[in-house]
Amino acid sequence: MKSLAELQALRDKMKDQMGIRGDDSKNIRVVVGMATCGIAAGARPVLHAFTEEVAKRGLKDVTVAQTGCIGICQYEPVVEVMEPGKEKVTYVKMTPEKAVKVVNDHLVNGNVVTEYTIGAVAK
Amino acid sequence: MYRSHVLVCGGTGCTSSGSAKIIEEFEKEIAATGLQDEVRVVRTGCFGLCALGPVVIIYPEGAFYSRVDPKDVKEIVDEHLLKGRIVRRLLYTETVQEDHISSLNETGFYKKQKRVALRNCGVINPEDINEYIAYDGYQALGKVLTEMTPDDVIDVLNRSGLRGRGGAGFPTGRKWTFAKNQPAGQKYVCCNADEGDPGAFMDRSVLEGDPHVVLEAMAIAGYTIGSNQGYIYVRAEYPIAVKRLEIAIEQAREMGLLGKNILGTGFDFDIELRLGSGAFVCGEETALMTSIEGHRGEPRPRPPFPAVKGLFGKSSILNNVETWANIPQIILKGPEWFASMGTETSKGTKVFALGGKIHNTGLVEIPMGTTLREIVEEIGGGCPGGKKFKAAQTGGPSGGCIPASKIDTPIDYENLIAIGSMMGSGGLIVMDEDNCMVDIAKFFLEFTVDESCGKCSPCRIGTKRLYEMLDKVTRGEATLEDLDKMEKLCYYIKDNALCGLGQTAPNPVLSTLRYFRDEYVAHVVDKRCPAGVCKHLLQYQIVADKCKGCTLCARNCPVGAISGTVKNPHVIDQSKCIKCGACMEKCKFGAIVRK
Repeated sequence: MKSLAELQALRDKMKDQMGIRGDDSKNIRVVVGMATCGIAAGARPVLHAFTEEVAKRGLKDVTVAQTGCIGICQYEPVVEVMEPGKEKVTYVKMTPEKAVKVVNDHLVNGNVVTEYTIGAVAK
Repeated sequence: MYRSHVLVCGGTGCTSSGSAKIIEEFEKEIAATGLQDEVRVVRTGCFGLCALGPVVIIYPEGAFYSRVDPKDVKEIVDEHLLKGRIVRRLLYTETVQEDHISSLNETGFYKKQKRVALRNCGVINPEDINEYIAYDGYQALGKVLTEMTPDDVIDVLNRSGLRGRGGAGFPTGRKWTFAKNQPAGQKYVCCNADEGDPGAFMDRSVLEGDPHVVLEAMAIAGYTIGSNQGYIYVRAEYPIAVKRLEIAIEQAREMGLLGKNILGTGFDFDIELRLGSGAFVCGEETALMTSIEGHRGEPRPRPPFPAVKGLFGKSSILNNVETWANIPQIILKGPEWFASMGTETSKGTKVFALGGKIHNTGLVEIPMGTTLREIVEEIGGGCPGGKKFKAAQTGGPSGGCIPASKIDTPIDYENLIAIGSMMGSGGLIVMDEDNCMVDIAKFFLEFTVDESCGKCSPCRIGTKRLYEMLDKVTRGEATLEDLDKMEKLCYYIKDNALCGLGQTAPNPVLSTLRYFRDEYVAHVVDKRCPAGVCKHLLQYQIVADKCKGCTLCARNCPVGAISGTVKNPHVIDQSKCIKCGACMEKCKFGAIVRK
């Protein structure tokens, strides 16, 4: 460590990894269904894709979490995106590729990927 | 990138209740479920709620698991980490609401607290400097070295109103000014981590949970007074704290945050540890410095004060761990922020180690001016078993008791002195109706008699004689005249002892005499201990009407003092009875009473 600037750069890098321990009540929550049905349908790679992509883009106001069975097992892997003050969006039959697109379009740019939502798929 | 952090308390309290085993289990189970790249296990410092240890917090949910058993770990990993279902039965009950899990900060224990000195305890991994840096660690040192002059630092401290947290409450800014104004030359910065009060563990928790904050603050002091060498005097009985300090110093040196030319500013500062072997008197500043020098830990008269002639005869400053822990944040957030907390004369917060007859034993940090009632009833959850609060002892063997009648006193340095106690380093021992105040005074005095270094006679001989008088009271052999003599002796010791240990040793006696004289009188005149503690004044008796003659008591009496035949009332031979209470504990009919 040779200068204060170097110290500050390290702090900013470390801060991103520690954000998870803060108060997340105002965050957008991305919840992946991880019951037996979800895991069997491939929820784990989807969860990984979300954590990796959110970290890569440095989205500090997004919490990636898991939940149990939502009850629509035929549509697993199911991912719900809950934004404070907005209606919940439910994505179904997710894949890691779709997850990347959801992070890109929905979480970053605020555009719901309608074609992946339960409304579109269940028709 | 980890999606979840499992924080396991690695403070002394939780370690002794098995948290190391829990960490091991977590690592094993997480590996078994293949989650090792997603979930990170972190050993932190003390969360504060030691009564509920071992404690585990899992983020991002912030789920607070209390009293976790190694057997529960598999369930937490399978349910919570793998499937995302919080294990409700293991959550701290106060956080479980009917329809949701509330935040820890909303619980009674944490709601009134304000964490400044403890801000990183239970949040970061104390053995990883990167985590400290993530929470603005060493930024204050950077700011001081690049933007501030030594006078600026002192000005900030003076305006913040920070006073020494070791007990006496001397303004920190003024202490540093004295040392800074000494002619240039070798000067020393010392940290007092020789926490010796029975029941106090504030400093230990800071060192275990956030060791770097002390190193950073000491380097700031080094820059301010013109010193390049620091010493931390820490008890050898704190092995976890010592180990983490060693790791912290090593990491800080590797990163160039201690050593030569820190942050490229040309400022040199290094720190060494000195282990104390547990003498209470070595918490006194001159004795502490004498001990660092390698001599027997004995105090010497002041003046000259350490700022003029301290360690190795050079100008030195000594601050307590908690004082150091406040300084980096005062530099970063400004003196106005710090001064906005607390009372007129006492700014900021104070850490207390809550112990004794209280539900939530643990570590609490509250703004100055919080009342004792808020601490005992709201944060502490009151006395267990619905017992009545009688008094609280602050300042350990140097302090005094605060009786129930003063429970609404806002806690600050001046108020505590005014009611005959003192802030002390922060031990807060709660007593209920089952505690005998004479016995409490005797307990603390026994401690000081033991710990007196023997250098001056008022302390060496005076405390011993005082102890003997107290012993006489608890045996029911004292007279009212003895009480007056005791009081006189107390003031004599206070006025004549050489150092703080002796000068404050009579405080527990004086304050109990002041507020609980009736209990002393009961021992002396009625030969009775109202709380039923002092053995010599007790008698166990069998109520003949209630005794069924089951012989259980007679079989359990270790000295064979109980006689009687089956199905006939038994009798206790008072001349043989050693008053151990075993009979009363065993009796199923409540036929044995203590008088």
